[in-house]
Amino acid sequence: MTTADTDRSVAERSMGFGLRALNRLAGSDLLDRIRIRKQVERALFQGAKNGFRSATAAGRTFKAAQKLGKPARQAKSRSKGLFDLAPDDEQQMFQEAGRAFAEEKVRPAALDADANRATPKELLDQAAELGVDMLGVPEELGGVMHEQSAVTSVLIGEALAHGDMGIAYAALAPGAVATAIGLWGSAEQEATYLPAFTGEDVPAAALAILEPRPLFDPLKLETVAHKDGGEWVLAGAKSLLARATECELFVIAAEADGIGPALFVVESGAKGLSVEDEPAMGLRPAATGRLLIEDVRLPAGALLGEGKPEDYVECVNRSRIAWCGLAVGAAQAVLDYVIPYANERTAFGEPISNRQGVAFAISDIGIESEGMRLATYRAASRADRGEEFAREAAIARRLGATKGMQIGSEGVQLLGGHGFVKEHPVERWYRDLRAAGVMEGALLV
Amino acid sequence: MINLEIPKKFKPLVSQANQVATEVFRPISRKYDEAEHSYPKELDMLASLIDGMNEGSDIGGAGAAGVRRESNGDGGENRNGSNLSTVLGIIELCWGDVGLLLSMPRQGLGNSAIASVATDEQLERYGGKWAAMAITEPEAGSDSASIRTTAELDGDEYVLNGEKIFVTSGDRADLIVVWATLDRSVGRAAIKSFIVERDNPGLKLDRLEHKLGIRASDTANFTLQDCRVPKEALLGSPEVNVKEGFAGAMQTFDNTRPLVAAMAVGVARAALEETRGRLAAAGVEVDYSTPALSQHAAAARFLEMEADYEAAWLLTLQAAWMADNGKPNSLQASMAKAKAGRTCVDVALGCVELCGSVGYGENELLEKWARDAKILDIFEGTQQIQLLIVARQLLGKSSAELR
Repeated sequence: MTTADTDRSVAERSMGFGLRALNRLAGSDLLDRIRIRKQVERALFQGAKNGFRSATAAGRTFKAAQKLGKPARQAKSRSKGLFDLAPDDEQQMFQEAGRAFAEEKVRPAALDADANRATPKELLDQAAELGVDMLGVPEELGGVMHEQSAVTSVLIGEALAHGDMGIAYAALAPGAVATAIGLWGSAEQEATYLPAFTGEDVPAAALAILEPRPLFDPLKLETVAHKDGGEWVLAGAKSLLARATECELFVIAAEADGIGPALFVVESGAKGLSVEDEPAMGLRPAATGRLLIEDVRLPAGALLGEGKPEDYVECVNRSRIAWCGLAVGAAQAVLDYVIPYANERTAFGEPISNRQGVAFAISDIGIESEGMRLATYRAASRADRGEEFAREAAIARRLGATKGMQIGSEGVQLLGGHGFVKEHPVERWYRDLRAAGVMEGALLV
Repeated sequence: MINLEIPKKFKPLVSQANQVATEVFRPISRKYDEAEHSYPKELDMLASLIDGMNEGSDIGGAGAAGVRRESNGDGGENRNGSNLSTVLGIIELCWGDVGLLLSMPRQGLGNSAIASVATDEQLERYGGKWAAMAITEPEAGSDSASIRTTAELDGDEYVLNGEKIFVTSGDRADLIVVWATLDRSVGRAAIKSFIVERDNPGLKLDRLEHKLGIRASDTANFTLQDCRVPKEALLGSPEVNVKEGFAGAMQTFDNTRPLVAAMAVGVARAALEETRGRLAAAGVEVDYSTPALSQHAAAARFLEMEADYEAAWLLTLQAAWMADNGKPNSLQASMAKAKAGRTCVDVALGCVELCGSVGYGENELLEKWARDAKILDIFEGTQQIQLLIVARQLLGKSSAELR
């Protein structure tokens, strides 16, 4: 075995291990699963300029492969009723595979991905191999998780974001659409869309909730869905969607007549959809774009599931947990980076970490990131058990927003001028971590 | 399986402790804040009740006496034991009144020290007694390695000489756990703790302090003058092990810091709950699904404080859970203490501001909680000491490198 093989094999072996175990769980072989969809060439719009407007991706044809009488749902997880901070074996496996992938593949690619505003396809494919897109897909539809997977999703998000938060966003965004359909979709919607997320060629997809305006409140949407005969007509705009130009499928939040805020499943080919590039201070590897929705006509069946208001609120809260998971990973990255830096950097004749002013700032990063982590785990585990979690999600959100930002800032501060230049990743984390207080939707656990 | 909820089996204990807090502590809270140095006799009956609770269960009680590090001998099986149950009980009781909790007979920090490091013989001998903890000296607070109280072996007895201040429940307790050095020239390794009976003629009470808060709890200053204790009164090993250094003496703190963090969590929750109710009465409801910044500024502030509270609560449970499962938790214990200590002060003072003159006035307990809160960021290691411990652990530094 050559050195290169050895280097490569650690990440890939753990990914393979993950897959094998997943397959065992699924009781079927992922790679042999029947391909039910026609391959459609993906349109590439990398390098689109700000304000440049283009059609949404051509998109594949989604067709129901099987019909189930009623929607398939993942089971709630059951607790032994004991306080426990240890992930179960399955979660630990995902966590370890995610960490290995993040360390060996994601982190080394992060600088270029940030500069190019694109995540290499190879990385996205590898993430898909880890199974990140199908965590929320019920077993009946080819998924691998019997039980709900919010904690698992958080652990994977955390692990990937330790590599890079923007790449993590790019890689995990399609899974949010699959999870939304798996949690709330009708039998028809599940059968039509979910198989695409369990195969090899997972479509780019976006859960579109955030709108471009100050004080955005996901419960007060400006995107509207009017009823017109038997159809829905959607109009509005959605912000900061990952890989927006590539997306083949959207789940879009709109204020619906007679319902209130609700989610709609919209294929990229729908007439009236267009995408505008929307670069932001961070999350740049996700090639964020804005979706413009101009009188898009949809069949009655486009409403996700039964359009229950409580499903929508749950969706908003679940996505906040997902963003906190990413913030926890990025915050840990800051901590892991500043520790050796402060120990090695000398000033006034000794390591700067010998000074309390520096050392205490590092203590605070450690304390606050651990607090964020625990709050995020709590919210996610409550969701998995089917318990109320709006409060816990809100708490995690506050911590992700406030402490995440502070940790990002402190990371740069500890490196001083060196933190401000791109030679070190802390300036990137400074930009990325601000997203945890801004983003709504887009990711889901 | 990740689950960060209060375990089912501890719910009766939490509910009992909450009833005690509601029915016993709260009604006399203001009375003993005003009557500083008078003994809260209401607690005697309660202490017997809690002793009974401790006896009657294998899961530890609601006080500090239950804390003992568990060795995890059953192959990594998740355990919820006395560290966690004790922390949960303390949170409830301090939601009632932290000063009264500190005055609870037989639940002192000295009891935790004994529970942490005592031999079985010592447990037998000193069990059922109320033990206070005497570490601080006029010239040595946070720097407990530089204490000057000496212990000299004389035949079968140690002779203690020195001065101790800030001894919580020092006047009321049956026993005082006194930290003293066997040999000042050796440094940390020579510091040991000794159990001194309160009626020892060599132990002289100098005075009781008048304080900002926790006024129900008496804080005593002592002089030890040729205070003779039997050889068996030394807690832990009498060996002066330079390699082990301070570790033996500091082990106690890994167990007691989560307890003080729990006290801070309890006080913070009291302030938050009271404030939530008063804000609601004033027409401000905190909504968890609406973004904080789209709500009333008071609601946004409340959310920010509640988030810090939750982080402190979870860090505290984590530290206790690790102790129950035999995992080294020195880092997490200090993280919990640091976060809970500062959060408690920020939250209690913040709640006073949110409630205005109602919060500031003595008709309500908010101002009292804000005064009580401050000590929780000071004793058992100040905020700064906790940050120092956390930093040394994270950075892999010795106390000589990072001072």
